Amino acid sequence: MSDDIRGMTAELAADADSLVFLDLAEALRQRGQLDAAYKVTRTGLARYPQLARAHDLCARILCDRGEPDRAFEAWVTALHYDGGLVSAHKGLGFLYYQAGDLTSAEKHLAYAGQADPDDTGTVAALERVRQEQEGAGGSGREREGAEGVAATTQAPAPAPDHAPAAAGTAPAEPAAAPAEALGGSPSLPFSFDEFARSPADEAVFAGLDGGTDGLLLLDTNGLRLGGGLRNPDGNDVADEVAALLAGVSKEAARTARLLNLGDWNGLAVECGDGNLFLSSPTDSTLLLTVRGLDVPMGRVARFADRASMAARVWLERGP
Amino acid sequence: MSDPVELLERLSSVRGIRGSILVSADDGLIVAESLMTGVDGRAVAALAASLTNRMRRATECAGRREPVFLQLQAADGTVLAAPCGRELVLVAIAGPDVNVGLARLEMLNAAGRLA
Repeated sequence: MSDDIRGMTAELAADADSLVFLDLAEALRQRGQLDAAYKVTRTGLARYPQLARAHDLCARILCDRGEPDRAFEAWVTALHYDGGLVSAHKGLGFLYYQAGDLTSAEKHLAYAGQADPDDTGTVAALERVRQEQEGAGGSGREREGAEGVAATTQAPAPAPDHAPAAAGTAPAEPAAAPAEALGGSPSLPFSFDEFARSPADEAVFAGLDGGTDGLLLLDTNGLRLGGGLRNPDGNDVADEVAALLAGVSKEAARTARLLNLGDWNGLAVECGDGNLFLSSPTDSTLLLTVRGLDVPMGRVARFADRASMAARVWLERGP
Repeated sequence: MSDPVELLERLSSVRGIRGSILVSADDGLIVAESLMTGVDGRAVAALAASLTNRMRRATECAGRREPVFLQLQAADGTVLAAPCGRELVLVAIAGPDVNVGLARLEMLNAAGRLA
């Protein structure tokens, strides 16, 4: 057992609520200890059943175990909780490609490519899928080469509406990595690990709508930690707004304490042309979520909850 | 402008609201109040005005229009604020049982009449 894994295991033992389970499970996955990785992830999911990143991780582990049907379900669940999670779109695109459903593969890869245009792996995969679509002429089973997939992995044939794949499609090669499982068929020009990890995944709000405009994470000194904010003219105002928000956390806490209202957990601000929600993912950070008037305040608050969770995961991982 | 005390008393009669204050936005001083005993109105007024002003500057900087309603949510209650023009801020303190939607409508109505 490496020191890293030992340390994370100890940390998780000391604090069962810690989000370090994500890093621990990923480390175990990368070492090929898939059963242990799966167990850690399932235990974490029992505590955080709505954490999209955990479902995404679970899907990658299941993919590595050669269980594409269950991986498919896990990625669909991840998107249920976070419809913009890029890695889940990549994963589903990958599985759809394996299953020969190029239309659905293209849809998910196109989304991932739009969210992270610098991810060369996804861009190349998307090009490949589109080339094959053109070659197939968009009729019948789109990619004849997918027969090779069926012979090795029995990949699910999910419906375009993301319905879970039917049971009973267990893989014949449990340990086969998805890319390798393509066998003699035309393979995607990237590995699954490249597929699942991209520079955008390292960004604090990767995969969340508004990750680069409309979500701003700052510290209590008014310094930007992540995310971004632009005014309606398109100018970057993140640093200025962050500086103005320094001290809000203390004032909000003092006000709530003075009135015996307990800990503050959010400040909702309605403007004439938008809704803002300020929350505190941790004691030392603030998160500003900005949306237009077309997004009701209740939804802005729920979106802020998801972004707060993403911020806590990112902060705990140590950016 | 309507009678501020009358508006505050009407607002404070909404179920869950423990009191309301009309505050000068510039200095955070109380203009009128209708509070339950035991609530330090002066401190609340100062802090609410400060929070409102700070958020006003932040929204301006972000290129947004001025705030029309703010809600500080806490574990055991909430503080609501509605700027009445540039000079006044209407503040209400509420328990966890308040109907925020109803209180919001009452406050926006009152703020419009106080502006």
